[in-house]
Amino acid sequence: MTSDGGDAVKVVPVRHVGRWIAGAVMIVVVAMLVHTLFSKVSTGQVSCRTVNGLRTCHPVTNWRFSWNIVFHYFTSSEILHGLLLTIELTILAMVMGIVLGITIAVMRLSPNRLLSSTAWSYTWFFRGTPVYVQLLFWFNISAIYQSLSIGIPFTHVAFLHINAVSLFNPFRAALIGLGLNEGAYMSEIARSGLIAVDEGQIEAASSLGMTRGQTLRLVVLPQAMRVIIPPTGNEVISMLKTTSLASAISVVEVLGAAQNIYAANYEVMPLLITASVWYLIITTVLSIGQFYLERHFARGAQRTPPPTPIARLRQDVKGILAKFRTPRPAMTREVTA
Amino acid sequence: MSVDVVPMVEARAVCKHYSGVEVLKGVDLTVNRGEVTCLIGPSGSGKSTLLRCINHLEKHDAGELLVDGQLVGYEARDGKLYERSDKQICVERSRIGMVFQRFNLFQHLTVLDNVTIGQVKVKNVSPDAAATRARELLARVGLDAKEKNYPSQLSGGQQQRVAIARALAMEPKLMLFDEPTSALDPELVGEVLDVMKDLARSGMTMIVVTHEMGFAREVADTVYFLDRGIIEESGDPRQVLTAPSSERLKSFLSKVL
Ligand SMILES: Nc1ncnc2c1ncn2[C@@H]1O[C@H](COP(=O)(O)OP(=O)(O)OP(=O)(O)O)[C@@H](O)[C@H]1O
Ligand SMILES: [Mg+2]
Repeated sequence: MTSDGGDAVKVVPVRHVGRWIAGAVMIVVVAMLVHTLFSKVSTGQVSCRTVNGLRTCHPVTNWRFSWNIVFHYFTSSEILHGLLLTIELTILAMVMGIVLGITIAVMRLSPNRLLSSTAWSYTWFFRGTPVYVQLLFWFNISAIYQSLSIGIPFTHVAFLHINAVSLFNPFRAALIGLGLNEGAYMSEIARSGLIAVDEGQIEAASSLGMTRGQTLRLVVLPQAMRVIIPPTGNEVISMLKTTSLASAISVVEVLGAAQNIYAANYEVMPLLITASVWYLIITTVLSIGQFYLERHFARGAQRTPPPTPIARLRQDVKGILAKFRTPRPAMTREVTA
Repeated sequence: MSVDVVPMVEARAVCKHYSGVEVLKGVDLTVNRGEVTCLIGPSGSGKSTLLRCINHLEKHDAGELLVDGQLVGYEARDGKLYERSDKQICVERSRIGMVFQRFNLFQHLTVLDNVTIGQVKVKNVSPDAAATRARELLARVGLDAKEKNYPSQLSGGQQQRVAIARALAMEPKLMLFDEPTSALDPELVGEVLDVMKDLARSGMTMIVVTHEMGFAREVADTVYFLDRGIIEESGDPRQVLTAPSSERLKSFLSKVL
């Protein structure tokens, strides 16, 4: 970027005409978007008042996107309750999915053929059917199983009896449905992570006398995490949004809460926006968390870890300031020469 | 060395095949305690396989293989052979150190943690005692300043020295080296060989698969030439390496020297 003067040669930078045009178009598009988002429309009514005996009238306008209603419901207790349920469902279903997924992945890679084919069938089944159908299935399962019992198959010996209707309340049905389905996707992610760990690491662990379990826990999984974390972050974000399907089986999560409200006041669009803004906020928080998690598990894999966004911002600002501050010695010298 | 002391490793007609391909075809080998044995031979001759059998990483399928007077993988009791449990095999492995061509340091752990993990998790040494011992060993291989680094931040030679320290931390009775310098730049080979020579001088029993004939001549008590799954020639390095009797060893030496 800088040259130390002397016999500097004048550099004529390439003019990126295409980039300038694309940039200008983008600015116009964004401006239009912002304009329409915050535009006002006439309600067709007129408001009049009398000041000092003079009667003045002007048309009443409203936000096209009813931001006032969005704002009003944004922190209402129904929406916040729903939000809490959304977060709860996301976390619990993901935990279930991750635990199941890693278990299935380990089974899948087991030399035991029975274990590996069971794992394969699990993934085949749960990936092959829509999650929406699965949710409806668990919600309605008490129709075919009045009670669940654990015992010895083909005998009447039972150790545990549970009433299915009380077990599969809407929240649990949603949790089981989402968690089991997620387990199938997580198992593929976990499997690719486990396979990515070098065979030599396993040999080194065995030659130290570690058992299979220790090798998996202490050597393979921590290294697989580097591969597993990024797609898992995507899964969490995807799960956050998929929990909205639970509203179809009468779980009042954030979308369900919004639906309940607009069923009463018909403000459909503002409440859908309310829910969407909350989804966006949580997604943003999750993305930030994912960045730091990835950084943590990448240790040892790279010689120098990537900078945090804040560090990068500081670097960028410094770079731009430096550009403005330093005069271009090469250019001036060229002119005077 | 007296004759009635049990050798550290004794192989009698050891055979091993992978899906029909005969890799070891009756290997006989004896490694006495405190001695350095070098194993040389062309690529694919079965050197790694033999080391892996000795370390229970592979099961040989015929012949007798004894380490420290004990059958590898089996226990002989009242005229029967009992297969050893996974747990017992792990204990046996922990007493045999192994150093790999590609170092295989644990990438997610610091140098210090690489050297302590086996002690803490396998030998149940307390973390403090393990760290103390690890620092001693790292000092011995000349890397005490690097304990906080990750393996990816070290040169190949440094990584291999850490790998040796990691194996030594388990207090092994036998050390196996599988081409420990083959993946190194020529100028880094010396530092690793120096550590190994030092180890040999301290009386460690070692089996070294190597193409470093200088090292073999200087350090080895016995050299074995493995070719196509059998020991073609063995004996004192000065004899074997300078005046080979078999034609195959002659042609092998002419290629590597
Ligand atoms: N797991 C395996 N499955 C099938 N064949 C194998 C396996 N491991 C090794 N082999 C074969 O066994 C033969 C001996 O392999 P080995 O690794 O012991 O040779 P080596 O003497 O160590 O050679 P190098 O000097 O190249 O390391 C080779 O032909 C190899 O292809
Ligand atoms: Mg080999």
